[in-house]
Amino acid sequence: MIIYALCFALFLVGLYGLIVKRDLIKIILSTGIMGYAVNLMIVLFGYRREAIYPILEKGKEAAAMVDPLPQALVLTSIVIELGTTALLVALAVQLHKNFKTFDITKIRRLRG
Amino acid sequence: MSEKQGMSLIVKTVTRAILAIIFLYGFYIILHGHLSPGGGFGGGVVLALGFLSVMLAYGRPTTQKWLNIRALHTVESSGPLLFLAVGLLGLAGGGVFLLNTLDHGRLFDLWSSGFILPLNIIIGIKVGLSLFLAVWALTAWDPEKGADA
Amino acid sequence: MPVDIWLIFLLGFMILGSIAALEIKDILSSIVAIGVVGLALSTAFLILQAPDLAIVQFLFEIFALIILILAFLRKDYHDLEPARLHRLTAGLTALTLIAVFAFSLHVFKSLPEFGLPALTTGRYYLENAGASVKSANIVAAVVLDYRAYDTLGEVTVLFTAILGTMTVLRVRKAKKERGEE
Repeated sequence: MIIYALCFALFLVGLYGLIVKRDLIKIILSTGIMGYAVNLMIVLFGYRREAIYPILEKGKEAAAMVDPLPQALVLTSIVIELGTTALLVALAVQLHKNFKTFDITKIRRLRG
Repeated sequence: MSEKQGMSLIVKTVTRAILAIIFLYGFYIILHGHLSPGGGFGGGVVLALGFLSVMLAYGRPTTQKWLNIRALHTVESSGPLLFLAVGLLGLAGGGVFLLNTLDHGRLFDLWSSGFILPLNIIIGIKVGLSLFLAVWALTAWDPEKGADA
Repeated sequence: MPVDIWLIFLLGFMILGSIAALEIKDILSSIVAIGVVGLALSTAFLILQAPDLAIVQFLFEIFALIILILAFLRKDYHDLEPARLHRLTAGLTALTLIAVFAFSLHVFKSLPEFGLPALTTGRYYLENAGASVKSANIVAAVVLDYRAYDTLGEVTVLFTAILGTMTVLRVRKAKKERGEE
């Protein structure tokens, strides 16, 4: 139970950074932190005690293994996180070209 | 290749020597995706890092002469098309989209488990080229020169 | 050491690392701190018996670090004033989030115990992946055979995101060409 609570605390740290920070780069890092917390939580739900990784080997074929379904979902999620981060970075670079700053309180008018 | 751009001579020589090993490692991870952990996504990133090391060590103009960026764009864009083609193959073979209709083979073989191997290769090439081209586009703007490369 | 103690240590380390990444003013240091948090996550995946995820998380983390550093470390980006903190907003947000965390402890008490998953669909995949799909890596079998449609969606999303990245950064070249004609 403590592990789930700590994972949620990591998510809340990321959420705090997203709401309070004014620098665009810190906001991008906060979305990354929230993504880490969610991925870890999903894999935590699929762990079975005293079990091994879900890969069949020649010696032991049908042992007790952890749940493979959360791992498949998180695999997809990690790849999409990278695509989202790349797009956010491109948007930030383009915003800096137009407004010459990363401060979100100064980026007011939509232009271009 | 001029010595003004990119990094020092030691870095360039070592990069040229290691490049083949990096690509070999990436292809190994992709091809053994159904036997050991890794698969198309991990192997694809290793391929992208191989291209990226050339771009960082030699600078942009030399890399542009060495690689054909237009051809890379074409190959990368055909990745999802090939994925759909494999899915339609399943439709033609069994009546369901993305049905695994190729021969399944024996367990622990390299040529086993239906179309997981072709799909891994398609995904690996697509992910690798996508990520490299994204970084290529991100570093295109040079504030001193004021023009795109 | 048992798995629980490893996980609590790693999670505490990740929380401290992410707080450091958000509060440090230097950009390179905060990006490096995020990289450290990602590597700790990869170690946590390894402890949770998920080697596939550990490899993919490690590699994608390094690539994200490279993208962030290449894009944000030019010399002319950071001669602006440092971000001042609105004390009232920060304090209110912190208090609200602490209250949310305190209320959520009750929910976590009623979840199933850590280490005893329900395994309703997973049991079918574990038992039949070797026999019917004949693939040794069960996670690869789930991703590319049982749930191949989701992988098609993921390839599409990644393609669209990278396409968006390249399009957003190309406006300047088009404007230059239109301006010269």
